[in-house]
Amino acid sequence: MVLQELQTSFTKEILDATARSERRVTLRIDPAALLPLSEHLFKELGFRFIIASALHTKRGFEIYYHFSYDKTGLVLNLHVILDQDKPEIDSLSNMFEATNWIEREMHELFGIDFINHPNLEQLLSEGNWATGEYPYRKKFKSNGEGQA
Amino acid sequence: MSKQTLIPVGPYHPLQEEPELFKLYCEGEIVKDVKWETGYNHRGIEKLAEKKSYDEVFFLVERICGICSTSHPFAFANSVEEIAAVEITDRAKYIRSIIGELERLHSHLLWVGLAGHFLGYNTVFMWAWKYREPVLDLFEMITGNRNSYAMFKVGGVRRDIENLKIPAIEKVLALVKKKTDLLVGAVMDDPVIHARTKGVGILSRQDILEFAAVGPTARASGVDIDVRRDDPYAAYPLVNWKVITAEAGDVFAKAQVRLLEMYESISIIEQCLEGLRKEKEGAIEVKVKHIPEGYGTGHAEAPRGEVFHFVVSDGSNSPARHKIRAPSYTNIATFKKSCVGQSISDATISLAAVDPCYCCTERLAVALDQQSGRRIMNAKEIISHSASLTNKLLQLE
Repeated sequence: MVLQELQTSFTKEILDATARSERRVTLRIDPAALLPLSEHLFKELGFRFIIASALHTKRGFEIYYHFSYDKTGLVLNLHVILDQDKPEIDSLSNMFEATNWIEREMHELFGIDFINHPNLEQLLSEGNWATGEYPYRKKFKSNGEGQA
Repeated sequence: MSKQTLIPVGPYHPLQEEPELFKLYCEGEIVKDVKWETGYNHRGIEKLAEKKSYDEVFFLVERICGICSTSHPFAFANSVEEIAAVEITDRAKYIRSIIGELERLHSHLLWVGLAGHFLGYNTVFMWAWKYREPVLDLFEMITGNRNSYAMFKVGGVRRDIENLKIPAIEKVLALVKKKTDLLVGAVMDDPVIHARTKGVGILSRQDILEFAAVGPTARASGVDIDVRRDDPYAAYPLVNWKVITAEAGDVFAKAQVRLLEMYESISIIEQCLEGLRKEKEGAIEVKVKHIPEGYGTGHAEAPRGEVFHFVVSDGSNSPARHKIRAPSYTNIATFKKSCVGQSISDATISLAAVDPCYCCTERLAVALDQQSGRRIMNAKEIISHSASLTNKLLQLE
């Protein structure tokens, strides 16, 4: 139900939808649509933000924003793929507090920039870590195959 | 603006069991702002998980937290079983739920004791911890360990609960139930505890939604969420129980929710034991030979709230990415709301009210990138670094 509603209101923004089961749905979305889509989920439909998981793959930097709809137990993942060289995306922290820490964490570990984040300082390493080094980034071979 | 005084709580402070630094900016007795520093407890568990086989990851995530050491394996099992599309046997489901609920019992008893201790009511502390012991003894009897039980694996559990042991377990449960009555009476009817906790550290429903707080912290503010009911797993759909909520959102409401949840946990365990008794015997695991490519989002209701694990599999024997979100990660951030405007003495119990668990929160890696060539500090440098941080802190900002 919720899924159908989303697909009709955000036809262009949702690039791909995968439903593994009734309670596990992933929507691959246009990164530019993250803010309006999340706002709709949080404010209109009453979804709860669980957490966001970043990963570094050959496709670039990927983030899964996990939301939960507790009335039906649905876990909805919003999946975005960001640029390999300049990963950046809008921050959700001005909308709700819950993303504040995790965005700082992803910035610190992966070097992903969150545009308009209120305070993007380091969360875990109290500012005495090597700058420009991101422990969770992977190094891929120049031909794009496998890890270096 | 009047002069603000900085009161540091931590990184090592008798109030907290674990290292975390809170800076309370106070005007007179009143807390005007709170800031915190994390990062004293990093062990690199998410990164380590990528180097271990699925079987080994269970032992790793079990060590994220000493108190709720089964909640992480629970969520990890749920996510891996989602990737592999495995349905475990009923007997394994009952055993998993029994372990999960016993853990909730001992964790809530621990919290009630600590809360009493923070309020200066040490009788509650001693009672609660005294009756937590028999629960730990039960764990030793069932799993061989008082903590870090090593019970879970992909596809089931490692040890059976033989039906012979059930009467002994029920006997301990009856004792704990009786003693819970005692604790409920001591906490709910005590005018001193009322005076110290009612109207203190209030979190509104809106605050909970904003911070995405979970578990008893959310339920005490009238947000009726519980993964066990909302997205059922293990044996929770097979037994009757109810989710406990309260409306006030203060420290007292959080205590009330935890205390009453203990009765529900006891009832769930009793019903699960009955389930085992009826089954007599059966398989406790299904063999899982291969974890296919894909990803899984598993969650479980830990004593402090929802534990969430996101596992990406590339078809190999180890996770390609393993993201862990512990409940304290979202709950601790609510301090910004619950402490500001309170007196310093109330701030301590407000901090304790969410039952913060820093081990869980800070399990992330900050491993050095070897290619950067940056030197790891030696013991002398660490000590001088620590001294310089303390000095920095003592100079008011």
